[in-house]
Amino acid sequence: MADITESRIEAQSTARPAKRIKWEHIGDHAILIAGALLMLVPVFMIFASSSWDDITLHREGLQFGFSDDMANNYNAALFEYGGFTDSVNGVTMLANSLILGIGFAIGKIIVGMMAAYAIVYFRLRFATLAFWMIFTTLLLPLEVRILPSYEVITWMNLGNTYTGLIVPLIASATATFFFRQFFMSVPEELIEAARIDGAGPVKFFIDILVPLSQTMIAAMFIIMFVFGWNQYLWPTLITTDESLFTLVRGIRQIMQAYADGSSTPEYGEAAALAIIAMTPPVLVVVFFQSWFVKGLTESDK
Amino acid sequence: MAKVKLDGVRKVYPNGVEAVEPCDIDIPDGELVVLVGPSGCGKSTLLRMVAGLEEITDGTLMIGDAVMNDVEPANRNIAMVFQNYALYPHMTVAKNMGYGLKNRGLPKAEINQKVAEAAKMLNLSEYLNRRPSQLSGGQRQRVAMGRAIVRSPELFLFDEPLSNLDAKLRNQMRIEIRALQQRLGVTAMYVTHDQVEAMTLADRIIVLNAGRIEQIGTPGEIYSQPASTFVASFMGAPPMNIFTGTSDGQQATLDGGVSLNGAGAPSHTGKIQIGIRPEDVALDASGPLPFEVEIVEELGAHRLLHGRLSGQPFSVSVNKDQPAQTGPAKVALKPGAVHFFDAEAGRRL
Repeated sequence: MADITESRIEAQSTARPAKRIKWEHIGDHAILIAGALLMLVPVFMIFASSSWDDITLHREGLQFGFSDDMANNYNAALFEYGGFTDSVNGVTMLANSLILGIGFAIGKIIVGMMAAYAIVYFRLRFATLAFWMIFTTLLLPLEVRILPSYEVITWMNLGNTYTGLIVPLIASATATFFFRQFFMSVPEELIEAARIDGAGPVKFFIDILVPLSQTMIAAMFIIMFVFGWNQYLWPTLITTDESLFTLVRGIRQIMQAYADGSSTPEYGEAAALAIIAMTPPVLVVVFFQSWFVKGLTESDK
Repeated sequence: MAKVKLDGVRKVYPNGVEAVEPCDIDIPDGELVVLVGPSGCGKSTLLRMVAGLEEITDGTLMIGDAVMNDVEPANRNIAMVFQNYALYPHMTVAKNMGYGLKNRGLPKAEINQKVAEAAKMLNLSEYLNRRPSQLSGGQRQRVAMGRAIVRSPELFLFDEPLSNLDAKLRNQMRIEIRALQQRLGVTAMYVTHDQVEAMTLADRIIVLNAGRIEQIGTPGEIYSQPASTFVASFMGAPPMNIFTGTSDGQQATLDGGVSLNGAGAPSHTGKIQIGIRPEDVALDASGPLPFEVEIVEELGAHRLLHGRLSGQPFSVSVNKDQPAQTGPAKVALKPGAVHFFDAEAGRRL
């Protein structure tokens, strides 16, 4: 995600007011600025291009300047029904992407937290082995097991459903790992105090561990939401019904017209859709970042 | 309120280490017992076994008239105060104090009333809506106490509750804890490694060493009649001087040749250990014992003289208006100053 990295870099460089120019900093900043430009310029280009008509874009490629077709393109991207069956517009796709992103993030957080809770707090026989087995699945992304996963989902008749879209993705080694590390840093006495206060395992988890993990949950949510939002391969495979298309998938759908050779692809609309697709992850990062910086500085623990 | 009885209670860890040897302790109703010893002596393990946080390997634990070995901590009707307070960081003071009651299913109004009462007793009323992170160390300690009080337990357990506080606050909180425990009349077990805390707080002290009870007694007994050289040197600051020597049944002689005339001697003959508290010695120009002073430590209210008696290290504590300098001096022993211990196990003779 170009935008996330970008906003981090900006936040860091503006946080420290430069009192005096130090020469060794100039080299550092040159690298930072080059990196920032490398990531920002394409975003700007696609944004500028979203204000041009399809013909110009088709003939002359992406544009740096602005033209007057912006309202048109965004309107078309959001509200014009398109696709093979004319049953999906930008708003539907936006909703689908949100459902996928949020469901994906929340699912991963819940599963990861519960797995970590079991591994850290219960005297299980093979807890360490189980943890390392979960951890190794980091090496096995969805793409590796995509065929069997697809088999299972179609066998369960979950193709073209949100359940089929989200559930196979939510087992998470990353979240389990981070929550495990966090839980291990929670002082032992807290558990003992809770035991004396009569909190059983479920109560301890909900009353104490979950509120304590707020900042961790926020951090996980950012990462997982963006990750889920940008899923491409799995949604492409599992959703053939166009009303379930996500934004990322939708962009490709528009470009598809070119490959079919039926008409001029709606480049302007595609650019507009790309910008629309970028916005929610950026907003999530911006919104949650301020929230979790606050959480960190209050230093509850 | 309840009496507590430990009968042969023992802790062996799965790796075979015996953390607590079988011990018998009887605590009458309303007494404050302090478990004291160096780190790793098993005092915390013992307390945690009473709390139910640690399984009891052998023996029986009774609180009141019920055997508690296999009862969940929450159902033992105890309250525990931890060293690092163990407050729930995300809850307000009021919620921290009321959490245990809430889990017992008490109605809200009753919880609020009990919390308000405890807060008033501990001067915390104005902090009820704060988070623990917004409180000072002493206030957090009080919240932890409050959390213990609202449960109206039969037994308080304190696990080094003052060791995270600075010295001044510690003295103040010590007095508060003592006053509170006496006012509520609740039986209490208190773990510390600080012998001053033990002496000042306790009705009775249990001195532990390497998982074994060395001595159980009132602070006075522990101080004046230490059961072993370990107790003698652990309790009291500066610690008791321990010499090696011999006894012929009539008279004790320090290794190095100086005889303790008139101090008596154990019937045991042969090698022994001899203990003398630094404050049981007086500088006296006509005294019988030659003392070579090497260092004078000024402590304000008194002075500590470190040096050698009969070639062995010796410390003497004298009053602040007693002049002292390094060099040879003479000392006399106060009556009853000399304690005798056997040479090997260090048991009192």
